Amino acid sequence: MQTDLLQEARRQAEICNACRYCEGYCSVFPALHAHRAFTDGDMTQLANLCHNCRGCYHACQYTAPHEFDLNLPQALANVRHDSWEAFAFPTGAARAFQKNGLMIALATVIGFALLLWAARAIGSMGGEDFYAVLSHNAMVAIFVPAFLFPLASVAVSLRRYWRETQAGDLRLPDIVAAFGSAARMRNLSGGHGDGCNFEDEDRFTHARRIAHQAVMYGFLLCFASTTSGTVLHYAFDMPAPYGLLSLPKLLGIPGGVLLTFGCVWLLDLKRRADPALGATGARSGEIAFTALLGFVGFSGLALYAVGQTGMMPALLVIHLGAVLAFFLLTPFTKMAHGFYRLTALTADAARIRRSKAAS
Amino acid sequence: MNYDIAIIGGGNAALCAAITAAEKGARVIILEAAPKPYRGGNSRHTRNFRCMHSGPLGPLVDSYSEAEYLDDLLKVTDGRTDIGLARLAIRTSEECLPWMQERGVRFQPSLSGTLSLARTNAFFLGGGKGLVNAYYRTAEKLGVTVCYDAPVTHLELDDDRIVFLDYTHEGETRRLSPNAVIVASGGFQADTDWLARAWGPAAKNFLIRGTPYNRGVVLADLLEQGIEQVGDPTQCHAVAIDGRAPKFDGGIVTRLDCVPFSIVVNKHAERFYDEGEDVWPKRYAIWGRLVAAQPDQVGYVIIDGKSLNLFMPSVFPPIKADTLEGLAVEMGLPPDRLRATVDQFNAACGDTAAFHPSELDGVTTTGLEPPKTNWARPIVEPPFYGYSLRTGVTFTYLGLKVDETAQCSIGNRPVGNLWAAGETMAGSILGQGYLAGFGMTIGTVFGRIAGREAADYAN
Ligand SMILES: Cc1cc2nc3c(=O)[nH]c(=O)nc-3n(C[C@H](O)[C@H](O)[C@H](O)COP(=O)(O)OP(=O)(O)OC[C@H]3O[C@@H](n4cnc5c(N)ncnc54)[C@H](O)[C@@H]3O)c2cc1C
Ligand code: SF4
Ligand code: SF4
Repeated sequence: MQTDLLQEARRQAEICNACRYCEGYCSVFPALHAHRAFTDGDMTQLANLCHNCRGCYHACQYTAPHEFDLNLPQALANVRHDSWEAFAFPTGAARAFQKNGLMIALATVIGFALLLWAARAIGSMGGEDFYAVLSHNAMVAIFVPAFLFPLASVAVSLRRYWRETQAGDLRLPDIVAAFGSAARMRNLSGGHGDGCNFEDEDRFTHARRIAHQAVMYGFLLCFASTTSGTVLHYAFDMPAPYGLLSLPKLLGIPGGVLLTFGCVWLLDLKRRADPALGATGARSGEIAFTALLGFVGFSGLALYAVGQTGMMPALLVIHLGAVLAFFLLTPFTKMAHGFYRLTALTADAARIRRSKAAS
Repeated sequence: MNYDIAIIGGGNAALCAAITAAEKGARVIILEAAPKPYRGGNSRHTRNFRCMHSGPLGPLVDSYSEAEYLDDLLKVTDGRTDIGLARLAIRTSEECLPWMQERGVRFQPSLSGTLSLARTNAFFLGGGKGLVNAYYRTAEKLGVTVCYDAPVTHLELDDDRIVFLDYTHEGETRRLSPNAVIVASGGFQADTDWLARAWGPAAKNFLIRGTPYNRGVVLADLLEQGIEQVGDPTQCHAVAIDGRAPKFDGGIVTRLDCVPFSIVVNKHAERFYDEGEDVWPKRYAIWGRLVAAQPDQVGYVIIDGKSLNLFMPSVFPPIKADTLEGLAVEMGLPPDRLRATVDQFNAACGDTAAFHPSELDGVTTTGLEPPKTNWARPIVEPPFYGYSLRTGVTFTYLGLKVDETAQCSIGNRPVGNLWAAGETMAGSILGQGYLAGFGMTIGTVFGRIAGREAADYAN
């Protein structure tokens, strides 16, 4: 990891540790105050506990032009992004995509092309509807590896993370606690229930929390929809397309709407947010990734809408191309943050458990 | 635009006054000397306010009665307190907390390391700047005009009325003639020339813990015109802080909590006061004056390896050396004299078995002058650590004398349209000494009173 980024974050953390005024905002501060000196691993863990709500920036009496020049949201964001790059597997892949919107766009186009080629080459082997464009077996042949590779990659990264931060033993109750705070986005309430300072200087709003919830639950619903489709296909021998009242659509339509709408909202918030409080140079990568995710949701919905019309084959290729790019990029884009965040929350729950046991 | 009320200053007292007056329908302008990033004066450095409560209230546990609060206050002021105004401030503090919450201020449980204040002091989430931000949002929603970079230079007094005021903005002098004026521009501590006139040249070496904008310009202008004054210019709240702190605005992080576990010497490596007299929160305020009385207004704290983790970390790392002599060289102290002082101290230490870092443990020196009456453990374990200490001025007490309606006076008559709130009139209540969290109480209570009175007058 980059020592200058770690060193700058450490310098700021030492000031916060002497101040403590922000203790109630989020889980970063209680964790920070538990240390007296900060190792690289400590800084990495703190950085991954931060969700860039910016509360501690606007409340800080030491921001520029003050000579202490505090900007904790940015210092932690830089370490966070750097840690994702450093722990990525294969190393280097994250460096290519993380902060680079153009590369993400390029990967998406390649996704489209690949699917187009596949459709042409192996295309309609006599299937019906969707499978007339791309046979089911071809879809499986493409998407199973595209799904398993990111999982394996993320698993390697999280293992590296756990080692680097010396998080100790892994216990189930800590994982449960982490999922609990993530599900409620407890930390995004700002510690006082008024939300974040994200898009309008020091004004607290719930916009980012709600938009992010929409994306997260939208994504999970879409994922459940696909999974239910797979189960129907294999276990019940009921291949797509599915009717409006089928499980895949009951999950997929609200999921797609939430995902699309949430991503558009997040993009708008990001547009209004001050880039000087986020990771340096990460904006284009984050915007491209959010746009890609939103496009996955949107093109999926569009596919439902055009159904059996002549536009379906083209749209299917586009949708599947986007999904493919999204899956493959998961370990190397903003999408990885969800995994790291859960891991950081688990490590923090473990820290709290140990300190309770000690006292 | 014609304003009913002009408020001078942009800290807690000014904002409480502005919000109260605007809620009563007055057209209000805030003239803040600082640019926007530095708005909020000393208030942006605060962390809590002291609040009476008859049962659990917001973040506060148990209860804290008027009698106990007053008693705590009288202990620190040695009786130099206006009892009537003090009771008014204490009694009103209870209704302030919900009032603050309704206007956007958020509280948090007592910070780690400050458990002793959990019952008496309500901590602001994000500290004073969080509070100030919330108040500016509220004030602007109520239609209050806020003008930054707008230091007021003069109030024109005609008989018993302020007829206009001058301020500079964007390079030119401007004039306003509001119906009423509220002064909430703090003390004069940032004007070190003024401090030096009162304290002598030593004051040039003082550090100012808070804003560089509280220079007492309006205070001096009004006192010159015969407005009633309270307190004298030598009275101030001063603490001992890290000598490497910036000249202004170092704030809370420059405090050092290690004195009880140390010996403190002057530049000749001589001890000068009992470092273990009492627990640190009760003593840190006297050390400002003790250090001010030493040559070059500087002190040096020396601890050894075993004590490093007994106190809250501070912003600058300690100077560190493997030998006492090495430490002395790094700190610019005479090495042989420091060695002699430490040897003498170590020899006077006795049984340290009862050592307890957070309680008066009676672990004392014998036959040493000055003695160290608690936490006296020999300084022997390398590495040795040192910090320099300087006097950090929090605020001055000389101010405008007000009555229970926060109104100023001239001779024995009130000035018809002039009120004052916050640090600039705190001397009306506190003759000397200071109780943690009382500054924000005074500003909130009297800011609201001044806002109400001025709005009633202007309407
Ligand atoms: C480091 C530190 C920590 C503190 N912690 C606490 C605490 O935890 N609790 C507590 O109760 N108290 C604390 N205090 C004391 C507290 O800050 C003050 O009692 C309180 O903030 C006073 O509020 P005020 O509005 O009167 O003054 P300030 O907040 O200082 O506001 C004065 C305002 O007037 C403006 N001004 C000055 N001159 C002019 C002019 N000529 N024209 C226009 N504007 C002018 C300034 O820019 C400033 O905005 C602390 C002080 C310091 C320095
Ligand atoms: S961000 Fe600023 S106000 Fe908050 S704890 Fe750190 S130094 Fe203090
Ligand atoms: S930006 Fe928000 S989440 Fe990050 S440290 Fe600051 S308050 Fe915590």
